[in-house]
Amino acid sequence: MNLEKVIFGFFIVLAATLNFGFFIGDIDNPTHHHIYELFAAIVVNLIATVLKFGDRTQIGAVHLSTSLVADLQLVAAACVWAIAVHVTGEGMSPDVTTSVVSLSGGALLANVVSLVLLIAETVMLRR
Amino acid sequence: MNTSIFFLALRRMRVPLIVLIVLYAVSTLGLTLVPGIDAQGQPTPPMSFFHAFYFVSYTATTIGFGEIPAAFSDAQRMWVTVCIFLSVIGWSYSIISLLALVQDKGFQQVLQTGQFARRVRHLGEPFYIICGCGETGLLIARALDRSGLRVVALERNEARIQELELEDFAADILVMGADAAQPQNLILAGLKHRSCRGVLAITDDDSANLAVAIASRLVNPRLMVVARVASPAVERNMMSFGTHYVVNHFEKFADYLAQAIHSPSWFRLVELLTGLPGQEVPERHDPPVGDWVVCGYGLFGQAVVRNLERQGVSLTVIAPEQNLPVTVRHIVGHGMEAEPLRLAGIETAVGIVAGGDNDTNNLSIAMTAKEINPELFVVVRQNRVANEVLFDAYDADFTMVPSRIVARECMALITSPLLTRFLRHVRAWPDARAAILARQLEELCIHRVPLVWSVRLNAADAPAAHKLLMMEQVAIDMGMLRRDPAARHEFLPLLPLLLVRDGRDQELPEDEILLKPGDELLFAGTRAAKLAQNLTLDNRNALEYVLTGHDAQGLLWRWLNPTETASGPGNR
Repeated sequence: MNLEKVIFGFFIVLAATLNFGFFIGDIDNPTHHHIYELFAAIVVNLIATVLKFGDRTQIGAVHLSTSLVADLQLVAAACVWAIAVHVTGEGMSPDVTTSVVSLSGGALLANVVSLVLLIAETVMLRR
Repeated sequence: MNTSIFFLALRRMRVPLIVLIVLYAVSTLGLTLVPGIDAQGQPTPPMSFFHAFYFVSYTATTIGFGEIPAAFSDAQRMWVTVCIFLSVIGWSYSIISLLALVQDKGFQQVLQTGQFARRVRHLGEPFYIICGCGETGLLIARALDRSGLRVVALERNEARIQELELEDFAADILVMGADAAQPQNLILAGLKHRSCRGVLAITDDDSANLAVAIASRLVNPRLMVVARVASPAVERNMMSFGTHYVVNHFEKFADYLAQAIHSPSWFRLVELLTGLPGQEVPERHDPPVGDWVVCGYGLFGQAVVRNLERQGVSLTVIAPEQNLPVTVRHIVGHGMEAEPLRLAGIETAVGIVAGGDNDTNNLSIAMTAKEINPELFVVVRQNRVANEVLFDAYDADFTMVPSRIVARECMALITSPLLTRFLRHVRAWPDARAAILARQLEELCIHRVPLVWSVRLNAADAPAAHKLLMMEQVAIDMGMLRRDPAARHEFLPLLPLLLVRDGRDQELPEDEILLKPGDELLFAGTRAAKLAQNLTLDNRNALEYVLTGHDAQGLLWRWLNPTETASGPGNR
């Protein structure tokens, strides 16, 4: 067993699960989508991205790009939240909630791709 | 190459980046949990994520705007204190890691390799790759640099590279610290480059040179490959796959020595034509005919024996080995001692070759022998350049320095391939004829080593002359190339040595010979003479002046003044 692989797998799966946890629920109901979960998803996603740095294989490159997509989507969601709550003063109206959650849904898709890659890599490994 | 540096940097920065992300996350999270206080001392809800992130961003980078948006509660202040220390540690760690990465040997190597490859790729002028830039390589690099050719060098020894960087070159030479025997390093050095003219494999390791020669032949068969060898077996191996020139310095020196005994003037000519141009002509030392003693029977000793025997010189070998060929007269022993020397007949011999692979022993042999027989002609082999001082102090009649011989041969091959051809012809000459030519050259260049160059009458090398010969069918004879383009009745200090036409050679062509397009010529003379001759060959006006004695006229003037054109070159 390789500790590095354990950590790597742990962060990728955690990024996907946190993202899923934030995404699940009615899309326009702010009480179903807690902001702390979004924060956790962003932090774990960033860490997962950094862990994928410096792998020059093809699969490593795709891994990194899915993570970058997820980061982008989640940061965009966080920006939408910050603007709605602090800049325009609109608060978490159903419209804002919908856009934040749908952005995180996109990130979830990227995270799922990342998971699939992780599983494919593990299956391909014949040791 | 750049992407690999980027990935390497990212890989090394993984841990510091994760540490930073975690510290930021913890600080921000903490701030969103600790309740605040308003102006009346009433507790307020904690900061939102937005404000918390804003505060952490400016505090962690030590900008520190103060307590924004409102004055903090004591609980918040407590947490912020923790945050400040955490972030300072996090940032210091990241910056130290980054600095360590920049200082890292491996990282710098990657960086330098990338830079080297880029500079080689952008080389627009013809260049040669020198593999192994030791003493020999440095001599060649300097000479190439003086002839206006660029040099790309591969050298394994770090200290040598630093010395190279201190050298004063006209165009800076590109050096990489890498093993030339690795093909990928050769390719980095421009083996496949359009402007690469040739590869010089001159490390002091035969097997490395062999590897370079094979790699060059396979990867880019168009290139000229010159390799240095010491062992005859490797030499045969190299010739078998078509290395263009193999320089065996032992064989070369032994051959020169033998030839010098046989025909001193030939050797004098070789010295003049292959020396470093512009230097003082070396003092003349003609090895005498008679009995010779050779000390040492290594690769060099064997080459000397082989070559001297070919010239019919009788010789005795002193070597500690027992099993020498029966045909060789052999005394078992060391040449440093007087007894074996006496046994070998040093009292009656005319010359001695101290050819061992130890410099101190060689000098000791030479001094012992000279003590017994002061009239002796002494040839010593110098193995290490560092011992130059000792050999200078001893001042033998001949000192065999491998690096000089190799450098000289390589330069002759690169700058004037015709010279090797010419010297082969001269071998067959009677000694008196070579003597006359040597004296002429010495007088011409006022006792300096002449510059040797070749000229090809084609559109690229001699545009003006080629055009006249091809288009206007003007007769240009050999003598025209000797005239001064500033004053045509005077002759430039240069001598034509060889004319190659349709693969046939003519030695010392006379002035009356008419030139044809495509002729190749070899000249020896001063640098100034070469420049003047270049002018004649390149410049239409100068050429016409040399041919006719009149300055060339423009189209308009010729049209306005039709009487003058009667003497134009077309009508001659």
